Amino acid sequence: MKNFLPKLPLRFFRWYCHPDYLEDLEGDLLERFEVNTIENGAWSARWKFIKDVIRLFKPEIIRPIDGYKNLNNYGMIKNYVKIGWRNLLKHKVYSALNIGGLAIGITVALLISLWVVDEFSFDKHYKNYDKMAAVLQHNTMNGEKGTWSSQSYQLGRELKANYSNYFDHIVTSSFPSEAILALNETKIHITGCYMDEQAPEFLSLNMLEGDRTSFDNATSVLLSSTTAKMLFGDNIALDKILKIDNGRELKVIGVYEDRPSTDSFHGELGFIAPLDILSGGGTDMYSAGGTYLGWGNNWLQVLVTLADNISFDQASEAIKDVKANSIIEGDFGANFKPELFAFPISQWRLYSHFENGVNIGGRIAYVWQFGTIGIFVLLLACINFMNLSTARAQKRAKEVGIRKAIGSKRAQLAGQFFTESFIVVSIAFITGLLLTNLSLSWFNSITEKSIDIQWSSMPFWIAITAAIIFITLVSSSYPALFLSGFKPIKALKGTFKLGKSASFPRQVLVVAQFTVSITLIIGTTVIYQQIQYAKDRPIGYSLDGLINIPIKTSEVRKNFERFRNELKANNLIAEVSSSETSVTNIWPSDGGYEWEGKDPNMEPHIYRGAVSHDFGKTVGWKIIAGRDFDEAVISDSSAMILNQAAVDYMGLENPVGQIVTFYGDDYKVIGVAEDMLSQAAYSSTNQTAFIIAPEQRLKLIHVRLAPQVSVGQALEQVESIFIKHNTETPFEYVFADDEFAEKYEFEEQVANLVGVFTGLAIFISCLGLFGLASFMAEQRAKEIGIRKVIGASVYSLWKLLSKDFIVLVVLAAIISMPLGYYFMNDWLNDYEYRTEISWWIFALAITGALVVTLTTVSYQSVKAALVNPVKSLKAE
Amino acid sequence: MGKYHLGEFEELVLLTVAILKDEAYGIAIIDEMESRLKRSVSIGALQTVLRRLEKKGFLSSEFGEATKVRGGKRKRYFSLTAYGKKVLTETKEQRMGLWSAIPEFAFSKI
Repeated sequence: MKNFLPKLPLRFFRWYCHPDYLEDLEGDLLERFEVNTIENGAWSARWKFIKDVIRLFKPEIIRPIDGYKNLNNYGMIKNYVKIGWRNLLKHKVYSALNIGGLAIGITVALLISLWVVDEFSFDKHYKNYDKMAAVLQHNTMNGEKGTWSSQSYQLGRELKANYSNYFDHIVTSSFPSEAILALNETKIHITGCYMDEQAPEFLSLNMLEGDRTSFDNATSVLLSSTTAKMLFGDNIALDKILKIDNGRELKVIGVYEDRPSTDSFHGELGFIAPLDILSGGGTDMYSAGGTYLGWGNNWLQVLVTLADNISFDQASEAIKDVKANSIIEGDFGANFKPELFAFPISQWRLYSHFENGVNIGGRIAYVWQFGTIGIFVLLLACINFMNLSTARAQKRAKEVGIRKAIGSKRAQLAGQFFTESFIVVSIAFITGLLLTNLSLSWFNSITEKSIDIQWSSMPFWIAITAAIIFITLVSSSYPALFLSGFKPIKALKGTFKLGKSASFPRQVLVVAQFTVSITLIIGTTVIYQQIQYAKDRPIGYSLDGLINIPIKTSEVRKNFERFRNELKANNLIAEVSSSETSVTNIWPSDGGYEWEGKDPNMEPHIYRGAVSHDFGKTVGWKIIAGRDFDEAVISDSSAMILNQAAVDYMGLENPVGQIVTFYGDDYKVIGVAEDMLSQAAYSSTNQTAFIIAPEQRLKLIHVRLAPQVSVGQALEQVESIFIKHNTETPFEYVFADDEFAEKYEFEEQVANLVGVFTGLAIFISCLGLFGLASFMAEQRAKEIGIRKVIGASVYSLWKLLSKDFIVLVVLAAIISMPLGYYFMNDWLNDYEYRTEISWWIFALAITGALVVTLTTVSYQSVKAALVNPVKSLKAE
Repeated sequence: MGKYHLGEFEELVLLTVAILKDEAYGIAIIDEMESRLKRSVSIGALQTVLRRLEKKGFLSSEFGEATKVRGGKRKRYFSLTAYGKKVLTETKEQRMGLWSAIPEFAFSKI
């Protein structure tokens, strides 16, 4: 009989039916089928069976989609969440301290992670990221290898001629410089680069207008979208004609997307003009503008994309001796044993420093430092959390006892405390994300970045989730194990007391916290001291009312004398002169020096101050021996003034009157100038020789405004006289003190960031201390009451309660002093011009920490000491 | 009366369960209803109502012993709960109240 039973409907029924009902319903179906078979025959029974199965297919009978049994313990977790939430609300102060501290820690960590991620994402957007490089050179001078990023004009040509199988693109480019772009009467100053043909391909420019392949290194120019907007507004830029620096006319053949903020060329590639403007038009060895084009003049950069299957090592190996083989004897650097190599783009940003030919990192050091600070600040916040949780453990002893008595396992209790931590950490994370979002614009302005939170990015949320879980585990593993380990009988009887051993880990954590905080205080102070030390450094010239006007066009150079004479006639102007580079940064340097008594093995390397006669008077240098340049003395065109560093470098006993040969020409030293700060603020003074420059060398006009005049008025005068003499060139100027301030910019950025993070770290530690102190005061309320009744004074009680914490902080101070000294000494060693770490820094850090601790703790201890003993003793 | 109003079919099912007393399982209820009411009842219709009534608390159920027939599957016996009885009684009283309120002549006219 069974054989007649339709199998498929039965299987279907078994599949959909709610397992609770399956047995009896199947029984009913079978019974009916059996009866029907007897009464109506097999076929009818089968038909009815199928009908019944289909009619049973109803919501009440079908198995629920999410399971029919409670296989999980949602209920229990719901209970945990509820209890956790009630606990949060019940102890509002503790919760606020916990969440607040953690949120601040998370904010700091998030900001730093965003910064680190931003640093690591530099240049990654390039299509050929894996194959792009710059060609750098190691040069050995006086036994030491220096690494330069600049190259000669010849290198690019040589690589293209004989090494093109190693490279897909070879680009010779100027370093970014400012130019005037003129569209009829619209003239703008913009920073850009002069590059040759393959530049657009090398940079894989995203074109908004035009075609990047038609760049011809002669008559065309590419504009960034910002530049195009400045010149053309919303009109089409393509095929329009521009004039660059009042010289060559260029056709706009394309507009490219601005370089993103994580690009090495960001902000420096407003246009791409033909390199030919700088290098062409003259002979083989000199450009039309008089620039020397030989191997000895390193004034350009060479950028390459490697060919497929060529590694950086292979390319470096192939081009290593290209310069050494080509440079002629006597040219600058010929005897420096130049070694060329390909420097991958992945290292440009973070690993740009070389020492004696070996890469020693660079910015990556700051990435590590900030990363470490971020982790430590977060750790401080986690420590707070642990301390406050274990300190409150006794309050929850009864709860733990009851839960254990009714059958909770230890793992379940641990789970409960994990859940509670998870709630706190999640709230802290939400707060931290909001704080991060709020402080991001401030952070961006300090770090000069444009970081955004990628709210919609999957990796971001995965990282956040991972961080929540990680912090929950780190900060609650100890409290969870500690709390769940209570013996239920003791806990319930109330005889349960946490002995000294329970507070020991807490004390260790407080010491750890303050060690980190005090080390950070020491670090911040040393950084600020170093900056201050460099700022107090004698600069050897005066910045007040000194302005620089760039010489961009030939008319400015031609009209300089007339311009100068009219300015000097004006009583608002004290002095006017001209030079090759600004006094704040004298960077050109030469070999090619000979003098009497020079060690024949020495390969001299001396910086060049090419100036006009009144340069010294304009910038206000001090001549310490001999005399200044004098226009009236005709022989001064071959006179030389050395700075003190150069005198020491050359080992001259009586510098004045000494003859120095410079590339074959004799110069007579007429004076010695005091050292001037014309290099990086933290480097030792460059040895510099000042000579009178030929007219075409002059690139900058220095104007010293008369003292005690209104700067605005004086500038107006300068501008009107400038415009009178130079009709084609827009007036533009820079205050020398602005230029000067840039020397300190980066270190100040670092100092400000570290300062803020240190402040927050201390704040977090104090939050924890505040919580602990209030807990201690609460614990000892009765003891304090009894002491008061017997006659203890408020002062002695305050001392009693504060003493414990002071001991911990002093201990932390003792640990952090050698740590701080070690780290900061290491940091200072990177600077040539550096301060000493003096004892007062440690004294300051410790005093600071003690004052902060006492203030935090005193609030609680004084409050506890002032309570009426009747109140505390009467309780219960 | 309680918040819950019995549907017509629900009331019939409850009454049948009450009639069958200890023998009220699926097929028995269907047979009883079919023989008494002369209307065909499908397993699907009955079972959904039984589950609903059980959920409401009018019925309770338990498994009986396994037998050789019906493939060795156990029967699920339904019985009225106290609440179910109360609801049935209330329903009955309401009906009675309505019946008794009908004037004599109303029927005579039909």
